[in-house]
Parts: sequence; structure tokens; C-alpha cells
Amino acid sequence: MTGVARFLCVLLLACKFSQPAQAGAVLDAVKARGVVRCGVSSGVPGFSALGSDGQWAGLDVSVCRAVAAAVLGDARKVEFTPLSSQQRFAALQAGQIDVLSRNTTWTLSRDAGLNVQFTGITYFDGQGILVHQRFKVKSARELNGAEICVQSGTTNEKNLSTFLAAQGIRAKAIVYDNFEAAYKAFFSGRCQAFSTDVSALVSLKTSKSKSPDDYQVLPEVFSKEPLGPVVKRGDDDWFAIVKWVVFAMVEAEELGVGKANLQAMKQIGGPAVQRLLGGAEDLGKPLGLPKNWVEQVLLQVGNYGEVFERNLGAQSPLKLPRGMNALWTHGGLMYAPPLR
Amino acid sequence: MSLGFLSDPAGFSLSEGWLLVQGGAPYWQVFLAGVLNTLKVALPAATLATILGFIIGFGQLSKHPVLRACSRVYVNTLRNVPLLIVLLATYFALTQFLPLAVDAWQLGNVVFLSKSGLAFPAVLSTGLQFPTVGRFAVNGGWVLTPEYLALLLALSLYTAAFVAEVVRSGVQAVKPGMQQAALALGLNEKQARRHVVMPLALRVMVPALSNQLLNLLKNASLGVAIGYPELVSVANTAMNQSGKAVECVLIILLVYLLLSLLASLAMNALNARVNRGAL
Repeated sequence: MTGVARFLCVLLLACKFSQPAQAGAVLDAVKARGVVRCGVSSGVPGFSALGSDGQWAGLDVSVCRAVAAAVLGDARKVEFTPLSSQQRFAALQAGQIDVLSRNTTWTLSRDAGLNVQFTGITYFDGQGILVHQRFKVKSARELNGAEICVQSGTTNEKNLSTFLAAQGIRAKAIVYDNFEAAYKAFFSGRCQAFSTDVSALVSLKTSKSKSPDDYQVLPEVFSKEPLGPVVKRGDDDWFAIVKWVVFAMVEAEELGVGKANLQAMKQIGGPAVQRLLGGAEDLGKPLGLPKNWVEQVLLQVGNYGEVFERNLGAQSPLKLPRGMNALWTHGGLMYAPPLR
Repeated sequence: MSLGFLSDPAGFSLSEGWLLVQGGAPYWQVFLAGVLNTLKVALPAATLATILGFIIGFGQLSKHPVLRACSRVYVNTLRNVPLLIVLLATYFALTQFLPLAVDAWQLGNVVFLSKSGLAFPAVLSTGLQFPTVGRFAVNGGWVLTPEYLALLLALSLYTAAFVAEVVRSGVQAVKPGMQQAALALGLNEKQARRHVVMPLALRVMVPALSNQLLNLLKNASLGVAIGYPELVSVANTAMNQSGKAVECVLIILLVYLLLSLLASLAMNALNARVNRGAL
């Protein structure tokens, strides 16, 4: 047997016999290890990026920290692995990470076809286009003849070609396998436009360009990009934990309890708040978590609204509006099933 | 495991290539376009690397000290830097220092050089089509993109350093007695080189040269790093769109195997030719 043939056999066997993880196995492994392994991006400020203080920060990072706070009681016990778009699902499938929280779009083919499960939606996004002001473009429909930089291994590439074809815009997509190479090429002037999720466009414009005012995001938003955490299939207990940690953060915002007023609300909060904080019935037991897991999440990380404002909203350089990501009670789409 | 997805529409198009595929084209067509793009860069790069390698290789053997020193510096610099770094440096140099497409350097409204690439008139069945500076980029004509140019330059310059060493070692492998015998028989230096030294040197050089050219072919896959749509780049995108990771990796393996075997066959034929009459 030649080397190539042998390699192929190993590859095929690996696919055929990869066992589904046993239920509860991830939680046990995380407890034994004392750390949650979390896959993030290599740098999208606002979602996941290394700060100047050497700490990871962002919405996606906060989700991982919240999981660590709920499971281990300490939001600092997270090991972050920066992953490229192409590496991300492989790393999760191979069990190198416990959670993938890396501005990843929930689609049918990924959810059903890649042996992974999306646990929910932490950010409702859509794809858009960033252009340099010098071209005086008001709409994506004017982009005939333009060159648009885009990253491969993402839904962006396909959305863009679908959008251009549907609108009859003859623009050329230049595809890079790496996010950094793609936006660097755009900022160097190689492309006249750049396309990815609107939140990431604002993040890039604010943090990676020399003069943010020279760039503008075009009004067209041409895709649905629901972003959320992903876990490997086969461990329903772990899936439930990650899902409910996010729900708890949303529910806490709806009940008006967060990091800022936690101690006060513990005293004066109504029955719903008491239940959420573990003062009444035990919301930890069904998940295999401590009784006060929500309190730990809120104390160490905060509720969804606080995390949003800190990383993406008014308190951040990005100044993104809540938009679709407001609570359902405020006209947005953020809705958590009841925690009871 | 099924290759049935190859006939599904791919949903993405390539930015350049001999075979222009549109969004609705099936996967197999996009793969074919990717393979052609690999060849489009590998074949000219192999030619350039061989020519440049011979020049520098003979430069290293030159009696002229400056020429010899320059050749040695070239070989030792390029040979000791990873190809990926050479490639990224070339690409960022091109995209940084060339003017924006709207301010392209022009040669009499016929040839344009800018961040959009090198554009020159296309020969179509309807006649010449001249490139024009549009609102965003240079449109029309034939365009060599910066991605293509960077990959072509980096592959040629890098491989030339190795070819130069093959040439030098090949010539030096011919025993001095051979040349002396040729001179003693009354051949002048040029004739001795042409009819005695080089035929013997080529027998040593061709197998090593084959290795270098095969490396070049495989190194073309680094184009994925700078957005050149060659086979690996296409396969990466296809893998992500279709989720058929194992199949796409298999296709890459098989295509490279096939291309390399074809290249080996050609080089073996050349080897047989230079070995005619060998003992």
C-alpha cells in the first residue's frame, strides 16, 4: 500500500468511526480540567479580540466567561483558542474546544451537516458592504466594475455572489483565506469595497483603519446572519448548559437584574428575580450546575444588555445600536423561554 | 463519501482565470477552473525560474568577482527565507506601492499598472479591446491581477535560487579533466563547454531540476494566502459551502498527484534525452 493510500484509509476510518461523545462527558471533563476551552476569532473587536491588557474581550468572549462562571464558578477559568473560519468546525468536531463562540452564522447545512449544534442566537446580524468615501457611492447598486475583498470559508462569500447576481451588479469578488489578509488588502486599496457582517464592518472601520471617517457602510443589508455559540453533537447535557446560560443572561435583562444592581435586587427583587438568582427553587439541579449559577454569571459577567453595551454598544468604540438585538419587549428579537 | 456534489451548482465564481465560471456553474467546473489557474501560474513560473536559475547558476561560476558575488548573495538570501514570507512581502509590496486603480500608471492609454493589476489590450475575435479606467477599477482588456503577479514573481524568484544551485553543482560535477581533454583535442573553450561539459552536466542536473519544478508546482498552492483562486483556494471554499471536507481534500490530493506524475513523465523524457549515449 502506498503512503497516500494508507493516509486516505486513516482519513476514512476516522470519519466512519468517530464516536458521539457520551452525555455529560463534556461537563465532567470541564470540571476535571478546571477550565472551559473556548474557540474564538483571531480578532474581531467587539466580539472576540485580545485587548491591550492581554485579556480577551467581546460579546463572544463574554458568553464563554458566562459558561465558565456557571459551571466552575469563576469567569476567568477559560482557555481561549483563536481559530480561522476554516479551522473552527474542525476544532469543535475534534474535541479541541468545548464551545465555539466565534461570530458564527447559524445555517441549516452547518447545524445538520457538520455534526455540531447551535445553542441559540447571541447577535442578530446581516451582511453589508464597506466602501471608501472617495468613490462617493450611496448604494451597493452603483458598484458595477468594482473589486470587493471577502473572506473564504464563510457564508459571506456565497451571500455576496448571490446578492451581486440577483441585483445584476457586475463586481468582482477577491477571496482571501484569512480575515486579516482580506481587510488588509482592502485598507491598502487593493479592493474598493469589503464585505462581511455589518457588525464586523463597523468593528474594522473603527479599530483597523487609519481614518475611520474615510469609510462608510452602505445601507444595503442582504442576508440574515444569526450568530451564536456552537457545541459538538452528542452531549445533550452540555448543549443544554450553553443554551440556558445565554437564555439566563437575556432573562436577567428582561427582569431588570444585572451586574450593576445584583446585591440590591437580591434583597428587593420579586419572586421571578428570586427564582432566577437561586433564592427559591433550584434551577441548577436539572442542568447539573450549582444552585446559584445565574447569580455567578450576573456577578462576574453581567446580563445580556450589560454585555452588549460594554462590548458593542454605547460604552464601546463601536457604538452599535441595539436594533434587532433589543429585547422583545423593546421591539427587538431577544427572547428567552422562562427560567422556571 | 460521494462525489455527487460535483454536479451541484457551486454558488460562487472565481475572480480570474482562463475559464471564467459564473455563480451557477457546477462544482466540477469551478474545480477545473482552479486547476487551470494553478497551471496558469505554475507553467510560466517554471519557465522563468529555469531561465533565471541558469543565468544565476552560471553567474556563480563566472570569473568576474562582482557577478559571482551578486549571484551568491541572491542564492543565499532567497534560499534561506520561507516562500510564504517571500510571497506575502511581494504581494504587500505590490498592493502598497502601486497607485490606486483610478490613478493607474499608463503607457499611452494602452497598458495600465495599478493596484488592480497589469492591464493590456485583449485580442478578441471582434478586434482589440482596450482597457479603460472606470469609476472603481481598470475594466476591460486582459488583466494580470496583483495576486497572480505576486505569486508568479515569488515562485520564479524563489525557485530560481534552487535551480541556480542545481546548475552550479551540475557543472562542477564534471571532472576538470574532461574539459582539459577537450581543449587538448583542439576545441576552443566555448566548443568544449557546449559539446563536452554541458552534455555531461545536464545528466546530473535534470533529475535535480525535476525535483525543483515539482516543488514549484506544489508551492503554487500558497496562492491561497493572497487570494489567488487556485485549486486549494477553490477547494477550501467548496469545502465550506458543501461541507464535503474529505471529498475536497481527496480531490486536492488526486489532482496534485496527477499533475506531478505528468510533470515527472515530461521530465523523465527530458532525462532520457540528455542521457542518450551515456554509458
